[in-house]
Amino acid sequence: MTLVLEAAVLGVLTGGVYALMASGLTLIFGVMRIINVGHGALVVLGAYLSFAASRSLGMDPFVTLVITMPVMFVLGLVLQSVFIRPLKTDREALSVLVTYALALGIEGLLGYFFTANYVQLKAWYDTASFPIGDFRVTYVYVFGFLLCLAILGVMFLVLYHTTFGASIRATMLNRTAAQLIGIDVDRVSAVAFGIGMATAAAGGVVFGITTAFNPGSHYDLISRLLTIIVLGGLGSLRGAIVAALIMLVSEDITAVVISPVWASFVFFVILVLVLLFRPQGLYGVRVRERI
Amino acid sequence: MLQAGVLKIAGIIVLFAIALALPAIAPDPATTNIAVFTMMYVGLATAWNIMGGYTGYISLGHAGFFGFGSYTLGLLLAHLGVAAGYTPFLLVPVAGLATAVLALGIGWFALRTRAATFVIVTIAFMFMLQLLAENLVGLTGGGGGLGFPVPPWSGDYFNTPYYYAMLALATLALGISWRIRRSKFGLGLLAIRDDEDKALAVGVPTRAFKLTAFVVSAALVGMIGAVYGYYVTYIYPQFVVDPLIGISMVLMVFLGGLGTLSGPVLGALILEPAQLWLAYNYGASRLYLVLYAAVFLAVILVLPRGIVPSLTVLIERRRMRTPPAAPAPQQAVMP
Amino acid sequence: MSLLEIDNLSKRFGGVVAVDECSIAVPAGSITGLIGPNGSGKTTVFNMVTGFIPKDTGTVSFKSKPIDGLGPDRIYQLGIGRTFQLARIFPRLTALENMLVPVRRKGLRALFSRADWSDERVRAMEMLEFLDIAQVANTVGGALSYGQRKLLELGAVLMAEPELVLLDEPAGGVNPALLEKIGEHIRRLNSRGITFLVVEHNMSFVMNLCTEVVVLHRGRAIASGKPDSVRQEPAVLDAYLGA
Repeated sequence: MTLVLEAAVLGVLTGGVYALMASGLTLIFGVMRIINVGHGALVVLGAYLSFAASRSLGMDPFVTLVITMPVMFVLGLVLQSVFIRPLKTDREALSVLVTYALALGIEGLLGYFFTANYVQLKAWYDTASFPIGDFRVTYVYVFGFLLCLAILGVMFLVLYHTTFGASIRATMLNRTAAQLIGIDVDRVSAVAFGIGMATAAAGGVVFGITTAFNPGSHYDLISRLLTIIVLGGLGSLRGAIVAALIMLVSEDITAVVISPVWASFVFFVILVLVLLFRPQGLYGVRVRERI
Repeated sequence: MLQAGVLKIAGIIVLFAIALALPAIAPDPATTNIAVFTMMYVGLATAWNIMGGYTGYISLGHAGFFGFGSYTLGLLLAHLGVAAGYTPFLLVPVAGLATAVLALGIGWFALRTRAATFVIVTIAFMFMLQLLAENLVGLTGGGGGLGFPVPPWSGDYFNTPYYYAMLALATLALGISWRIRRSKFGLGLLAIRDDEDKALAVGVPTRAFKLTAFVVSAALVGMIGAVYGYYVTYIYPQFVVDPLIGISMVLMVFLGGLGTLSGPVLGALILEPAQLWLAYNYGASRLYLVLYAAVFLAVILVLPRGIVPSLTVLIERRRMRTPPAAPAPQQAVMP
Repeated sequence: MSLLEIDNLSKRFGGVVAVDECSIAVPAGSITGLIGPNGSGKTTVFNMVTGFIPKDTGTVSFKSKPIDGLGPDRIYQLGIGRTFQLARIFPRLTALENMLVPVRRKGLRALFSRADWSDERVRAMEMLEFLDIAQVANTVGGALSYGQRKLLELGAVLMAEPELVLLDEPAGGVNPALLEKIGEHIRRLNSRGITFLVVEHNMSFVMNLCTEVVVLHRGRAIASGKPDSVRQEPAVLDAYLGA
C-alpha cells in the first residue's frame, strides 16, 4: 500500500512537469490551430541548453532558466515567423510536417554537438530527500513541481488578468472574429509560440533533472504529450493539466502494481478509453466545423 | 486532347518496361539495392496517398503498419517452418490481410475524431506498436530482433526477386489507387477532403469511406513491410516501426503532389535515391538528420502543393495564353 | 398528409433557448416557407432535422417515421436534401464531379455503385442543362461565380431525387434576374413532385412562391397557413416590428 501511495505522490510530482510541457503544446494548438509535433524536441533542446549552461558556467540547473527561458522564447518567435507563418494553404497538415522537420533538425544538431550518449542534469542536492510517512521524496522532484506550479500560475495570471492574455484567449476562441476587432493575430501567434517554447525550456530543466536523456528522447516525450492533450481536449489548458496528472499517476501506479514495462501502456489504454467515450477529450468541445 | 492521352499511356508503358527490365539493364547489386528501396517507397507513397491524399486525413503512424507487416511475415515463416526461397513471397498477402484487420481496429478508434486529433492518434498507435514489439519478447524477440530465413541465392542475383516483389506491390498499389480515383468511392473521398460536413449532407457515408481507405492503405503498406523484412533478413523494433519511414512516405507524397496519381511516384523517385545518397555519405554523423530536415523544410515551404499540381497549373496557364480558335461564347445571364 | 412533421422540438445552447417547443407540419407537395426575424431559430431547426446537431427534446418524423438521431448522410439517403445559407460545393472538384458525389445507397453498398456510373453522368448533365450551367461542367467549383455555385449546390442535392428539399435562404446574395430563375426552377421541380421547405427573408419571394408559410419567433411557431392570411396576423406583425 505504501508503494502505491509513493507511486501516486511521484505521479503527481512528475505530472506537474508534464502538465507544464503539455500546456505549452495545447496553447500553441489553441492559438494557431497547429499540432507542434516538435514540442518534445524543444523540451530536449531546453534540457541540453541548461546542460551546457550548467556545465560551462557551473550554475545550478534551475538557475540556468534565467538564460534558457528568454533564449527559447526568442527562438520561438523566430521559428514561428520563418517556418510557420508562411504556411497559407493546408495549414494544419503542413504544420505537422514542418514541426516534425524542425524536430528532426534539432535532434540532428543536438546529436552533432552532444553525441548520442545519455546525460542528465545534476544538482549537488539531487540525492537529498525528506520522509513522508514510510517513504522518502527527493527534493529535486518537489522543486521541479513547485517550479511548474509557479510557471503555470504565471501563465494563468497573464491569460486571465492581462489585456494581452485576453487577446490570446480571443484568438483561441475565434481567430477571424479576433482579427475583426483589431487583434494582431500574427503577433499573438508568435508570442504564443514563444510562450510555448519558454515553457518547454522550463519543462526541459525538470525533465532533465529527473530523467536521463539523449537527442532521441523526444519521440517518447512527444507521444506522451500528444496523448495528454488529446485526453485533456485540444486547446484546453485546464484539460492539459488535469490530463497530465491523471496519466502520470496512473502510469506510476501501474509501474508499481503491474510492472514498469507495461506502465507506458497505460497511456494508450487511457487514450483508447477516451476515444471510445469522449473523443473530444475531458474539456474539449464536440466540433461541427461550419453549419 | 487525344494526343495528350496517347502520350500519357505511351509514357507509362515505356516507364513500366524500363522498370521490368531494370535488373537486366543494371545488374550490379549496389544499383539493384537502390532499385529495391526506391520501388519500395513508390509503393509506400502511393499507398499512403490513398488515405492521406484522397481524404486529407494525415496518418503519421503508417510506420506501425509497415513494422506490423514485417513482424507478421517473420513470425509466420518462423512458426510454419517455411524454407527460404520463393515460397515466403506467397505468404506476403497473409501479412497484408493481418495488417488490414489491425487497421480496421485502429481506424475504428482513430476515425472517431476530427482530422487534427486523427494525426495524433495515429502517432500514438504507432508508438504503442513499437512498445509491443519491444516488450512482447517471447513473441517478437523484443530488442534482440527477429530473423527471417535467408535464401540461398548468389550474390549478384540476390536482390532481383525482392525487386520484382516490390515492383509487383507498387503496381498493385498504383492500380488500386487509379481504380479508386475513377470510382464514386474515390469521388466521395475527395469530397470528404474538400468539405466533410457537406459530403455528409449529400449522403456520403464518411466513416465507412474513411475506414475503407485507411484499411486499404494500411494493408498495402503492411505487405511492403513484409517484403522489406524478408529483404533485410533481420528486423528490430525501432528500425522497422521507424517514424522516419513513416515521415518519408508522407514527404514524398507532398513533394510529388498530394492526391494525384503520379505525384507519389515522382516524389519517391526523387527522394529515395537522394535519401540513400545522404545516408551513405553522412549517415554516420548526426548531420544526416539536419540535412534531411533542411530538404524537408525546403520542399514544404517552396512547393507546398507539390510538383505535379504546380506543373499542371503552369501548363494550364500557358494554354490559356494561346488565343482561342473560336470567338468567346455568349455571356449567360449568370452573375 | 404531412411529409415532414416536427413536434415540440427544443434546443438550447448554454443559456440561450434557440428553439422552443416548435411544431411544424410540412404538407406533401407543398412549397412551405419558414420565416421569422433573425435569431428566431430557423437554421437551428434545419440543422436538427438534417442531423447536424442533436435535439434536446421533441421528435421529427419523415413520412410518418421518426428520423431522430440519424446522421446527415442517412437522412439524405432517406430522401431529405438541404442547401446551406452560404452555398457549399466542393471547390476542388469540377461542377460535373460535384454532381456525381451524392450517394443514394446505404453504407458500404455505396462503395460498389459503379453500375450506374454512365447513367448517372447523363442525368448529371441533364440537370446541369436544366439549371443552365452546363457550360461550366468541367470547371472546378472554386472557379465558379456565387450564382453558379448556388445553382450547382441545388443541382447536386437533387441528384438523389429527394422527396423533400430544405432550402436555406436560396435568395441570399443573388441578383433579381437569377432569383426569378431560381423561383422558376423551384416551381418546376415542385410540379414534378418535390416538396420544399424554404427559409427566407425576402418577403416578396416567399409570398409569391410558397403555398404555405410558417412563422417562427424566438424559437416557436407563432403562425402558419396560407401566405396572405399569415402576413396579416397581429402576432406576426408584432414579431417583426416589435421589440
